[in-house]
Parts: sequence; C-alpha cells; structure tokens
Amino acid sequence: MEQAIHSQKTNPSAPVKQVRQQIVEVVSDSGEGAQTAGQLFGSVCAKSGAGVWTVEIIPAEIEPPARSRAGASGIRIRFGTEEITNMGDTADLVVAFNEQVLYSRIDQGALREGTILVLDRVWASHADEQIRSAYAAAVEDFRSRGYDIRELPLEEEVLKHVDNPRRGKNTWVVGMMAAWYSMDIQPFLDEVQLLFERKRKGPKVVESNHRLLRAGYQWGLDNLPDRMSVPLVPSEQAKVVMNGNTAVALGCMAAGIELCSMYPITPATSASHYLASVFDKAGGFVHQAEDEIAAVGFAIGASYAGKTAVTITSGPGMALKTELIGLAVMAEIPLVIVDVQRGGPSTGLPTKVEQGDLLHALWGHPGDAPKVVMAPSTIGECFHFMVTARKLAETFRTPVIVLTDANLATGQAPFPYPELSEDWLSPPVDQSPWVVGTRPYEWDAETGLSPRPIPGQRGGEYVLTGLAHDQESHIAYESAINQHSSEMRSRKMAALRSTLRPPEVFGDAEGDLLVVGWGSTRGAIEEAVETCRAEGLAVSSTHLRFIAPMEPGLTEIFAGFENVMTVEINYSDEGNSFIDEEGRRRSQLAVVLRSATLKDVDSWSRVPGAPLPPMIIAEAIRARLGEVK
Amino acid sequence: MYGVKTDWFDAPPGCHYELEDYEGATARWCPGCGDHAVLTAIQRLCRDEQLPPEKTVMVSGIGCSSRFPHYMKTFGFHGLHGRALPLAEGIVSRRPDLHVFVSTGDGDCCSIGAGHWIHSIRYNMNMTVMLFDNNVYGLTKNQTSPTSTRGQATNTHPRGAWLDPINPIQTTLGVTNCSFVAQTIDWNPAHLMATLQAAHRHKGMSFVRILQRCPHYTDGIFDFARNDPSNLLFMAHADGIDLEGPAGKLFTNRVEHDPADIHKAREYASGEHGLPIGLFYRNPNAQRYDEFCTEGLATPRADKVAALRSVLDSYRI
Repeated sequence: MEQAIHSQKTNPSAPVKQVRQQIVEVVSDSGEGAQTAGQLFGSVCAKSGAGVWTVEIIPAEIEPPARSRAGASGIRIRFGTEEITNMGDTADLVVAFNEQVLYSRIDQGALREGTILVLDRVWASHADEQIRSAYAAAVEDFRSRGYDIRELPLEEEVLKHVDNPRRGKNTWVVGMMAAWYSMDIQPFLDEVQLLFERKRKGPKVVESNHRLLRAGYQWGLDNLPDRMSVPLVPSEQAKVVMNGNTAVALGCMAAGIELCSMYPITPATSASHYLASVFDKAGGFVHQAEDEIAAVGFAIGASYAGKTAVTITSGPGMALKTELIGLAVMAEIPLVIVDVQRGGPSTGLPTKVEQGDLLHALWGHPGDAPKVVMAPSTIGECFHFMVTARKLAETFRTPVIVLTDANLATGQAPFPYPELSEDWLSPPVDQSPWVVGTRPYEWDAETGLSPRPIPGQRGGEYVLTGLAHDQESHIAYESAINQHSSEMRSRKMAALRSTLRPPEVFGDAEGDLLVVGWGSTRGAIEEAVETCRAEGLAVSSTHLRFIAPMEPGLTEIFAGFENVMTVEINYSDEGNSFIDEEGRRRSQLAVVLRSATLKDVDSWSRVPGAPLPPMIIAEAIRARLGEVK
Repeated sequence: MYGVKTDWFDAPPGCHYELEDYEGATARWCPGCGDHAVLTAIQRLCRDEQLPPEKTVMVSGIGCSSRFPHYMKTFGFHGLHGRALPLAEGIVSRRPDLHVFVSTGDGDCCSIGAGHWIHSIRYNMNMTVMLFDNNVYGLTKNQTSPTSTRGQATNTHPRGAWLDPINPIQTTLGVTNCSFVAQTIDWNPAHLMATLQAAHRHKGMSFVRILQRCPHYTDGIFDFARNDPSNLLFMAHADGIDLEGPAGKLFTNRVEHDPADIHKAREYASGEHGLPIGLFYRNPNAQRYDEFCTEGLATPRADKVAALRSVLDSYRI
C-alpha cells in the first residue's frame, strides 16, 4: 500500500512548482479538529527540516454556532526552506471546512488576491436551501475579491472512510496537503501515531486516522493539478518544536521550579495544563488556587519556605495579584510570575494578543516597587528565560515578571534542543548554618543584596513583614530607615543592570530610523526591516529582553539614528486636531524609553488583537521615513 | 550560584527550649487586650510541645491580631490583609516539617479574606488557625466587622450596625471537609491553653475562634458571660476539651457533646443553648490537601533531569 503511494509521488501528470515558503491555513467550525490537523502538518514540516511558525486561530467560545462568521477555529502554518520567525502576511492556501468562517479571516486581512481557497462543495448541494444560497453568495463574493477558488469534494471523500465527517475531515485534509506540497506520507503516519499515543488513544483510532491520511494523500496525488514543493533540508542540529506555553512549562521544570500555583485564565492556562500533565514526573506540583490572589499568595508562601515557585497568569490576573507582588518586592521574596498578555483592559480580548501589560508590570504597584521585568522574543526564549528568571529571583531576592503573550503562547516554532544542567535544579542557595549575628536584611551597601534566611535555619528566625522595616525586619516608621531600605531595594536593579549587555542592533549601527521592539514582535519587525533595507531604506532595529532593569547602552545606540520608533501591540494616539505631541498618549515602551534616554522616541502601535504582520510594519517604516509607496 | 546542601532540614541536636526562647519583641497591644492572653498561651504551648523555634512559623494577615508574629521569636510572616491563609498554605504545601500557626481577625478572616477562609477549610492542610474575634476593626479605629452585633455603634455605623453578624463557627462547620472546629475565650487561660493544645495536636486544619475583647471598642461585649459563666455552654466530652480542677468548676452550664457528631455540633454552634465553648467537631480522617502537595518532594535531581529529558524528547524533531 505504502509502496504504491510512494511510486505515485512522481506522477508526471501533475506538474510540481518549487516555492521557498508557504502560508497555509486550515479553518473550520470549532470542534472539527482544524487545529490538531494544522499542528500535525506543522510538526511534520519542522521534522522535515522546514522553518515553521504556527499560530492558532481561536474563537472566543468553546463551541460557537456552526457556520458562524465569528466562530472560526483553526490554525495558520507558515513554513519554508529558511528559518521562520513569525506568522507572516497573507495566506497562500486556505482550506475552509465551511465558507462562512472565512469572513473572520477576511476581516483580519489574512487573505489576498490570488490566495487559493479550498472550499467543501458539499454545501453547494446541501438539503437546506438557506445554506445552499449562503454558500453560493459567498463563493460569488470570494470570486469578486479575486481569490483562487477550488471547490473540492472534501466531505464526499471523507464519508467513504468514516461515518462522521466531523471526526475525520481534518486528517484527510492533512493527507491532501501532504500531496499538495509533494511531501512524503510516512512522516505523517508516524506523527499521527505519536499524537494519538500521547493522547492515550488505542490502535483503532490510529488505524482509522492512517486510513484517512492515505486516502487524502492519494486523492491529492490523483486530482490536484498544481502541486508544489518547498525544498527542505533536515537540520543537523537536534531541535524541539512546541508552543510558547509548553516552552514556559518545560522551562519551569528545567529551572528547578517545583510548585506552580495558578488560577485558570486565558491564554495562560495551557502552560499550567501542560505542567499538570508532566510535572509529577519531576516531583513538581500544580496548585489550582481558589482565585488569582490566593494563587500568588500560595506561591509566595512556598518561596518564603525555601521552595521555588511560579505563578502563571494573564492581565486581569496580574491586576488581582498586584498587592501580593508588592509584598514580595517589599519583603524581598523570590518569585517568578509569568504574564501571558492578552488584550485589555478589563476582560478585553481573552484569546488575542496584546503587549498592554508592560507599564502595569513596571509601575502598577503603590509606592516604589522595583522588580525585574523581562520579555522573551521567541519560543526558545520562553524556555530559557524561565531558568534565568528563577536564578535572578533568588540571587536578587526579588519577583521577576516574565511577559509573554498570546502570540508566543499558541505559536509553535522549532528551537535547538536545550542543553540541560543539573545545577539549574538545585534548591535555593544554601546558607546553612545561618551565621549568628547576620541580620535578615544584611544589605550590601553597594548592591543591596543580602542573604535570605529560610524557615528551618537555626538562628535565622525573623518576622517577615510588608510594613516598612529595618535590617532586622523590625517594623520601622523612621524616615531615614524608609529612605535607606527603598534605596537598597532599588540598588539591586542597578546591580543587575551592571551585568547586562547592550542589545544587538539588527542592521547597520547608523541610519535614518531605529525600530525598537520587545517581546513576541521580534521576528516580524526584523523581517520588515530586512524588506525595507532591501528597498534601500536606512533602517535598523533592536529588541529588548530586559525592560527592568533597562538594558544598558541605549543612549549610545540611539545616537546612531536620526529617528527612533517603537513598534508595539498596544495602544497609542495618532494625531488629530486636538492631540498634540505633548498630550499624545504613547505606546508603553516608548514612554519608558523617553524617560530613560531623553530621546524623542516615537511610537507606532496597533491593537488589532492579532500579531503584527511584517508587511504592515514595513508600511509603517516607509511611512515614517516619508517614502510611502 | 545555587547551593547543594539541604541539611538545615535536619532536626537540631537535643536541646531544651524555655519560655524566653519564644519571646520576641515586647507586645504593643493595648493594655487589657485579649491578644496578650493568646500570646502567653502560644508561648507556653511551644515550650510544652518543645517546638524548635526555627521550625515554627507564625503567619498572619493585617490587623491587631496579625501583629502576633512580631512578638514571637520563631519564624514569622506578617502578610497582607486577608491573605494569611493562602500564604500559610503555600508554606505548608512543600514543608511538612514546619509547625504553622495562623493569627487572623474577624475582619481579616471573615471579611476581606472570606474566600480564602472557605477554601482553607476544605483544603484542610496541617496548621492551627486562630481567629481573634473581637467583633470590631480595632487597628483602623472602630469600624463594623462581619461579627459585630446588630446595633453595635461604630464609626462606620454610628447609629448601630444594620445586620445580624455572621456566625464563623456555623460557617466553618458548613464547609465540606472541615476537620477541627473549636471555640474558646480570652478570659480563661486554662481553657484557652487546652483548646490551642488540642488544636495543635490535630493533624489537619484546626480552626479555633477565640472570643476576645477590645479594651477600646468592645470592652463589655462578653460581660454577660464573664460575670455569669452560666451563660456559657461548656461542651464536655472524653474526646473533647475538658478542664480539671477549679478552672473547670467555673462552668456550671455543661453539656456532653461528642465531637464526632457534626449535626449536634451545628446545633450548639447556633448559640441557642448559650454561648458555646469547647470542641464542636473533630474528624481526624478528613482528606488533607497537604498530603497531595508534598508528592514527589524527595525526587532526586538526576531523576528530575531524566524526566525532563524524556518529556523534551517527545517534542524532538
């Protein structure tokens, strides 16, 4: 059987066009498995050596009404010969299980003239007149928009193999896509086996999905007129592929964190889900607290008791945790907090990306509350930053906020297989026996650093308090003591900053414009900068991983450029008749950079509830340089 | 960067602790405050039970009673308003070797921290929770608390509190998985001591409500019971909290109450037979969440790395 399929791979009747990269989307009603299908396809691409970025298209409800415009559930897979760092611009090929869900993709600007649209022709002959006419109207509309429409017998073919098309169309489509891109079917068969074994499904499920894969593949070979191929070279280097939330979860394990205390919140929860499924193997525990406040309180308690703890949340959860994070700052309790940012304020856009929590993380606490704020820019960094965060939290006796976002959380990309160190898993720094006479806040005058007594250490007994306190941890209201202790907590940030390196500049060190970004936008910004540089524009970019303390050398880097502009996924005012430069509300990093560097840092930011595509950033760069095309 | 030794978890070499080994800063509660009596009782309890100060943690929220940890010479965690319980749970979760006590007040526990209170009862983690209930917010100067009596004049309700108070014992007894519920009074040191001792010895969350006077704002609230102990309902039982000698003779209104009987416990908690003191309920077999939290605590580092590697391998390409 397999041999037969392989021999047909070179079917001369189907010409194969070579392309360097492709953006493919599979969209469906919720529950039809488009995401599973896309992940399967993405994993095989990655394993075959492709650069890959996948991003999930998530409806707000668990099961929105069928065939609804807002109900699109699916996935985008961008893959190519070279490394892929972001979700890209418009799709080349979209497979839609029904035509209505495409409208939300059109709203998002995901399609362009010439995008190949695969529609299920089952709707054209549906028993319900209303559905038939809606389908006909949509096809008419799509045609007028210039999409390349293919009405294929998806359901018809799937029904030859299973009774319920909702439980099989996805796998069949993956088989068809494998044929479309002239890929070998075997890795897909292997991946399906792995996937269902991981989900603890029996051989019957695997067998049925194998049948669907092969059928879709065969159908594609026999019927697709314009097959393509993306040259893929398997990588020499060992790699892993996962999404950002999984990377955060595994990063927690690698960092020696043994307690995750959480409360369910989109889009952060899947990191804790993942930990809950594997943490016990490494002796860890996931506590689902009664609320966000208790979640961070529990983690702080464990950390005070000498255990390494993390709490993983999103914006609204951060708002609730504010007071206790302030306590951790005041009482110098190590703690790692992951904020998987979503659209805000309030409940906002729970499943969508935004970089709107930066200023809250930095300044959202009453009083002066210095703490570390760092932002990974890739899936790989989501993993490694957890190790760094834990180390910094303990060394500097401070909360560390790691800002990821919904884009990183659900985006999947390969990164080098991490080289693990057993040292990362060590318990907190050992200070036994406690040196008698050492005070609980024996601040080093230069760095503000101090050793930390942990319950169980004889002679280390002290009473931690969130009240102003002296070095003995005694409540102290004296003005000199409050000034001094504030200084010591702030000094720690300066000490950490002295160990940081300036960020790298992508492109030349001098030019007309420097784009500054942070977090998940790096891939898209750099791709946009590359495009503009190829057009001859003197633009470069730099990307910050540490926002607090601020990475050093920015003033010097900024001096090489006429203009500096941040690109962020958060809100800023665009000028109108009554918004002037002084009153303009700027994007969040721009606010921080202006105060730190005194440079007139401009900002270009949007809150589309979606990652910024490189093309749109490139437009903004051109506009900024007065070269709108 | 990271340490390797964890031998400070080992028990210290044999030594005997005296009362002063538990005495911290001089208590700054007002003269006549009921908190002083509880402090003395806890210091005596620590001495009697020979709890190593370095293995004993006093956790609190915010309020007068929450200053408690400062007056002990053990480890202490003076937390945030209403948050003592989650903090204490986190401490207990991965450190079963520690003795954890929580001091909280009627505002701290039954108002701002009420959500945590309910869940902590269900978690039933090994700790002793002392609710210092003086029916008022004292530290912030006389505001109505959830346990203020109807008509009690305060700064927030100068013409008297509108509503009947919450009954913390009934509430606690109403939550699934409660395992130890007792009530005692600040003006009888023997009963206070006996109650706290039973609470400490119980494995699970022991909830002790201490009826207690604020000399400034609620000084006279228990006069009816102090002046006439027959207004108290003394719950006695071989499995409960009993007092021998003259201290016990004071309580003339006695009832035999088996602390295994939750229905009777709820009846007495209503107060219709008098202001109850003693042990309402004890269930040594209630589920304990801390027994789940500690799973995998002793996993060797090499095993953790191996586990991580095997998980990473499933994502390998």
